[in-house]
Amino acid sequence: MTEVFPRILACGDKALSVEFADRIDEGVNASVIALAEDLCADAIEGVTEVVPTYRSLMVTYDPLLARGRVLAAEIERRLASISAVVPEGCLFDVPVVYGGGAGLDFEELAALKGLTSDELIALHASVEYRVYMIGFAPGFAYLGGLPQALHTPRLATPRQRVEAGSIGIGGQQASINSLAGPSGWRYIGRTPLRLFDPARAAPCLLRAGDRIRFRAIDAAEARAIDGSPEQSKRESWLS
Amino acid sequence: MSTVDILSAGPMLTVQDLGRPGFLASGVSAAGPMDPPSLRIANALVGNEAGAAALEFAHVGGRFQFGDKCRIAVTGGDVDIRRDGVRLYPWESHEILPGQMLVVGGLRSAVWGYLAISGGIDVPPVLGSRSTHLRTGLGGHEGRRLQAGDRLPLGQATDAPLLCPSLPWLPISGPVRVVAGPQADYFADEVLQLFTRSRFTVSSQRDRMAQVLEGPALSAQRGHDIVSDGTCMGSIQVPASGRPIVLMAERQTTGGYPKIATVISADVPRLAQMPSGQRLRFVTIEQDAAEDVLIANEAALQDLLGTLVESAK
Repeated sequence: MTEVFPRILACGDKALSVEFADRIDEGVNASVIALAEDLCADAIEGVTEVVPTYRSLMVTYDPLLARGRVLAAEIERRLASISAVVPEGCLFDVPVVYGGGAGLDFEELAALKGLTSDELIALHASVEYRVYMIGFAPGFAYLGGLPQALHTPRLATPRQRVEAGSIGIGGQQASINSLAGPSGWRYIGRTPLRLFDPARAAPCLLRAGDRIRFRAIDAAEARAIDGSPEQSKRESWLS
Repeated sequence: MSTVDILSAGPMLTVQDLGRPGFLASGVSAAGPMDPPSLRIANALVGNEAGAAALEFAHVGGRFQFGDKCRIAVTGGDVDIRRDGVRLYPWESHEILPGQMLVVGGLRSAVWGYLAISGGIDVPPVLGSRSTHLRTGLGGHEGRRLQAGDRLPLGQATDAPLLCPSLPWLPISGPVRVVAGPQADYFADEVLQLFTRSRFTVSSQRDRMAQVLEGPALSAQRGHDIVSDGTCMGSIQVPASGRPIVLMAERQTTGGYPKIATVISADVPRLAQMPSGQRLRFVTIEQDAAEDVLIANEAALQDLLGTLVESAK
């Protein structure tokens, strides 16, 4: 089946989904973010929220102020003129304690991949990741860019609890989990950074479009960050 | 400061206001009531602002006492309410004196009830709302369900009289209306017909996050994995089991299962209020028609809220 993208789909009576493709791709995600930024910079009456995801933008609206068909026509018009090239997001240096209590799958993953602990860390920290979207749970960052050698299927049975700040691998995707909760992904470490903090003006530390480099730290350095004001400050972790 | 004491609590008693919009892109679903019109009517009956926080309960409310004289109203469905053992009616406000015991529950033929108290529950707002988001421990009272022994602060009450509606809030009947998609094209035409021609049953697997329905398996010919995208309250996602899951107030903000359809806003509260075991059918309408229903439903609610009358004591 062949679809023509972009296309605008109805999601009930209060939302539209603007689909740019049906795959995970940096250029596609850049288009999603570009439209989101356009709708924030030049708001359309009645639009209540924009939600960037991998390959689509959800646009929620209040039907008392704007009808979906009118909104869809206006979005179509803007799609013709938005530039798919977004400015490079901010680059962050994210400290990680690899292994340890939160690295539930670290040793098993190293064995599975035929790597020593140091090789696994070096490989995971060797590339720049991109935040494709914040979703699922408050502040949960979905990352792209995981080296292919680390692609690993999800667990058959999800765990009931993984720690906040856990560094995950789910198929070809990577994550930084914001809050403790259930998950079927594999976990190899933990960052002391606080990704979600409702007391912060912007509750999420990271935004879609940001770039990430991981840096191995030891448990003592993590303890120094835990509970410090730095833990919650976005500007402290810019590369 | 006026307070309410929780002497006993039903299994799912939480603080809810109209919800926490504006944070979907941060992964935070709005929470708020499972049945928004019922919460709005309860608040209006006790003279509260529309955005005041009240208590939402599933099936059974609990036992309550108040530090000062206040007005209360219980909505959501037909429910047993007692003030010092004497029966009170839902859908109208009543005065409660300090020391009197208010007992709320159980609901008959409904699942979610609302207890509004004059002045509103005055817990500190988190990200602009007092709604409890249980799964993330956000908002409400310590981000959790209420339990016996909890004492909650109340805001400043207006001096409204005791009120009742002069118009009925008529329950909608008939099939649950949905707008097709956004991933209806993952399903073959026969499966889409199966979806609207079959009866589904509300299962007991339900909470503030989602409701699982029982019925014929809905198999997606293009598979049950999509590249994760945004969800709505009312999204009907279909995982590989083929059992539809309707996402509700505390849903995950993104999901990776195809969504066959979306329940229209006017019918989400009705679905939420269906007792487990109830059977239902779906009917598809266009997005434009669904918006018309939403607008008409809101006008009917505004009529009701604008024509409350003083109740005979």
